[in-house]
Amino acid sequence: MQKQAIFRSKLLPYALVAPQLAIVLIFFYWPALQAVIQSFLLQDAFGLSTSFVWFDNYVELLRDRAYFEAIVRTFFFSFAIAVSSLSFALLLAVMADKPLRGSTLYRTLLIWPYAVAPPVVGVLWIFMLHPSLGVLSRYLRGLGIDWNPLLDGNQAAALIILAAAWKQISYNFLFFLAGLQSIPKSVIEAAAIDGARPMRRFWTVIFPLLSPTIFFLLVVNIVYAFFDTFGIIDTMTRGGPGTSTVTLVYKVYSDGLLGGNLGSSAAQSVILMIMVIVLTGIQFRFVERKVTY
Amino acid sequence: MVEEEGIRRYIAHAILWIGIAIVAFPVYIAIVASTQDNALIANGQMSLLPGGHFFEVYYQTIFVGTSGSTREPVGNMMLNSLVMALAIAIGKIAISIISAYAIVYFRFPFRMPIFWIIFITLMLPVEVRIYPTYKIVADLHMLDSYAGLSLPLIASATATLLFRQFFMTVPDELLEASRIDGAGPLRFFWDTLLPLSRTNMAALFVILFILGWNQYLWPLLITTRDDMQTIQVGIRKMITTTDALTEWPIVMATAVLAMLPPVFVVVAMQKLFVRGLVETEK
Repeated sequence: MQKQAIFRSKLLPYALVAPQLAIVLIFFYWPALQAVIQSFLLQDAFGLSTSFVWFDNYVELLRDRAYFEAIVRTFFFSFAIAVSSLSFALLLAVMADKPLRGSTLYRTLLIWPYAVAPPVVGVLWIFMLHPSLGVLSRYLRGLGIDWNPLLDGNQAAALIILAAAWKQISYNFLFFLAGLQSIPKSVIEAAAIDGARPMRRFWTVIFPLLSPTIFFLLVVNIVYAFFDTFGIIDTMTRGGPGTSTVTLVYKVYSDGLLGGNLGSSAAQSVILMIMVIVLTGIQFRFVERKVTY
Repeated sequence: MVEEEGIRRYIAHAILWIGIAIVAFPVYIAIVASTQDNALIANGQMSLLPGGHFFEVYYQTIFVGTSGSTREPVGNMMLNSLVMALAIAIGKIAISIISAYAIVYFRFPFRMPIFWIIFITLMLPVEVRIYPTYKIVADLHMLDSYAGLSLPLIASATATLLFRQFFMTVPDELLEASRIDGAGPLRFFWDTLLPLSRTNMAALFVILFILGWNQYLWPLLITTRDDMQTIQVGIRKMITTTDALTEWPIVMATAVLAMLPPVFVVVAMQKLFVRGLVETEK
């Protein structure tokens, strides 16, 4: 699609795109290119000499057990966060979609966690579930659970998933509500006339019609779990205990920060970049189908 | 609509209130903790009702800072976060709207390649280019500066796409009319297109402000001086003290203060925000 009425000017359009182009080239492409180049280089421990090593950094990485574990962990976290947050948000959206008194109030009270920053989410939840001073830890201990996420890796992972899913409820809720409201009421009424009970109506009519939204949210939630959980992990567990909450992004950060292996850190960045490209591609296909430019 | 029987309606209300309780509980605990005495909290005996230290805790948090770890008052951190969030939001909107304008209303060589160059940045989040970007910012002597905090995050493929999409729907007659009035491209942009884009800009501003305010990894890396610290980074430093006891009431007061601006923006501009979210899909 092209505009018919346009301006003729030789230099002005370049001046208009120049600021964005400058920032994009300096802060996006140049560093991304550097990451790719760096990932093929090996630096000695003192940074005195570098040599070109082809795919050695990648091979090394794929042989590394810790990296493999980080990949598995990241995917596990992502699915656990997405599934728990999506199912709870869907339940709330279905309820809020009913013609109830006070539905605007409900909506307002449910959407604000979207605005809470990940590190703040981390601080809130670690405080509530801190082994010695957490309010909720008292009750867990009362139930006979030996709760200490600072020592127990599985509990730490559960804590990260819980906090990350909590933050994502509001975002998923909004999209589910929008999705539910776009389903024509006549379709649901027709099913009701056919004698379908509410539960059956939900599973056979509403849920299938909602599946594009679910798919889209699944992808968005996975991207969120990949990147935005960094702030939650960093404030709650800093990757510990041991490496039980180190995700891919956290590993890029911590490996690079310790400064030990720049080549490996760069190779990890490049692998992440490829993952983002795939996820963004999927996301965009969906958006393209829904929104037309 | 299918009629709801009474009992089902009550169940719906109940589930929604349970949901709201789950969503609000951590924040309630934070507010309560921020009004209590630290010794009580450290003993694990925090009460679930507000204590009497509200004014002294918030005064110390905003103007004095913790006695241990960061020593920087939260007031200053909030100012840094505010400058950064505004710079990111306004910067993104400004550079995106002019590049979208160029792409839609002009025909020039490399128009589509430039569009794609901008578009592909969607796939380069700051997390995957973190160290090389850090190095560039260091080479440009922009560490510990507002420019360093905001510039590397300012490009926006989504905003450019959104404005491009919106400009496509603006009728051609408007341009022809203003041309008859003798307006050049800049005048048309300023007098016609900008006023028309006001609601889009506002919706985008809400989302981008929150995005900027909530940045964490980037400011964590590039700010080393305490007085340039943003509130998100400051709050982590407060809970990772090794030398002293964590001052939990101050930490929780900081968490509450860090939440206030973005939550206020979301609630106050709910309609715009929701529309912006659904339109941009992120």
